[in-house]
Amino acid sequence: MKKPLLTALLFAALPAYAATPLEIQQSYAAEAKQQNPAFKEFSAARGEQFYRAKSAKGSSCAACHTDNPKAEGRHEKTGKAIAPLAPVANSERLTDPAKVEKWFKRNCQDVQGRSCSAQEKGDFIAYLRSVK
Amino acid sequence: MKKLLLLPLFLLPISALADGGGKLAPTAANPKWQAECSACHVAYPPALLPERSWRKLMGGLERHFGSDASLDAATAKEITAFLASQSADRASSRTSAKVLRGIAPGDTPLRITETAWFQRQHDEIRADAWKRPKVGSPANCAACHAGADQGDYAEHKVRIPR
Ligand code: HEC
Ligand code: HEC
Ligand code: HEC
Repeated sequence: MKKPLLTALLFAALPAYAATPLEIQQSYAAEAKQQNPAFKEFSAARGEQFYRAKSAKGSSCAACHTDNPKAEGRHEKTGKAIAPLAPVANSERLTDPAKVEKWFKRNCQDVQGRSCSAQEKGDFIAYLRSVK
Repeated sequence: MKKLLLLPLFLLPISALADGGGKLAPTAANPKWQAECSACHVAYPPALLPERSWRKLMGGLERHFGSDASLDAATAKEITAFLASQSADRASSRTSAKVLRGIAPGDTPLRITETAWFQRQHDEIRADAWKRPKVGSPANCAACHAGADQGDYAEHKVRIPR
């Protein structure tokens, strides 16, 4: 229980800390182990499923980020353009841990009506990293 | 030489009056406001709502018009102070004075698009134009105002998409 809080504090204390997508994924692996001792690894396939799945609230990550994470997205409610989410198409993505946490918090709440687990976040990043 | 130097001084107040209320960018910069409040829509001009509206809006970012727009406390505090300092009560432009005149003292509107000022500026737009797919919502300023991301709402740049 204490580790996730610590990671969150660490992230908050390091604004705009430049990391690689892999490093951010690894920090979620540490957190996932804490949440679930049986945790083994992240899966890009599971992340892709999560990316596309329609939630009970009728939304999905793809609703704003489109079916293709390499494409420019469009905000479902406001129509504003959203730069591509996949690092291969947008090198700024998944390089700022605090920014990544901020958007997971918001978007998981909006789409799922709850926060995402470390497993879900890591799977999601593994998927985005696998997009070539 | 002297005349030429004097000329710009004369033009300054005149051009400030003649801008028709279309130039709404804040008079100071704040990178946090610029980055955080333009992620999902254009950063709306602070001069279009009173200070009490911005404070109420900033106090409820977790449930922000159906979206979670929450921020860490330090960032929220900095942006709130910035919005307050640039709000309609403190902007002292003709546009902000008009905005304030249309709001009853007891009202705290959270939407610019619900103010009497906004509705008067846009009363010639046909109802169906707001619903076109490329517009979607009156809050989508940038759909019609090409300079909205720079705070430029000047009349000659307005174009309603088909
Ligand atoms: C209502 C629209 C919307 C939905 C739905 C949505 N997002 Fe986002 N997302 C955004 C916006 C807007 C940004 C920030 C855009 C920017 O930085 O250019 C963003 C950014 C992100 C980022 C930050 C990436 C980075 O490093 O810059 C992540 C991670 C993310 N979203 C994950 C998700 C996940 C996971 C879901 C599904 C549970 C999801 N999003 C659904 C709108 C949305
Ligand atoms: C996570 C996405 C998101 C972020 C970040 C965000 N907003 Fe919004 N905002 C919305 C949505 C969605 C609406 C509703 C748009 C509509 O009705 O078309 C909205 C509407 C508004 C409106 C009302 C527009 C009108 O109708 O006049 C204001 C004012 C506003 N936001 C201010 C802000 C400020 C200030 C910030 C920065 C602290 C901010 N927003 C950050 C999503 C966001
Ligand atoms: C459907 C298109 C549309 C949308 C969306 C829209 N406007 Fe306008 N706006 C117009 C038109 C048309 C005019 C009138 C121009 C004229 O008088 O010739 C106008 C006028 C204005 C003016 C007066 C300009 C001047 O020079 O006097 C301001 C300020 C303004 N809009 C701000 C906004 C803001 C802020 C938003 C978003 C919250 C917005 N508008 C959304 C179409 C739109």
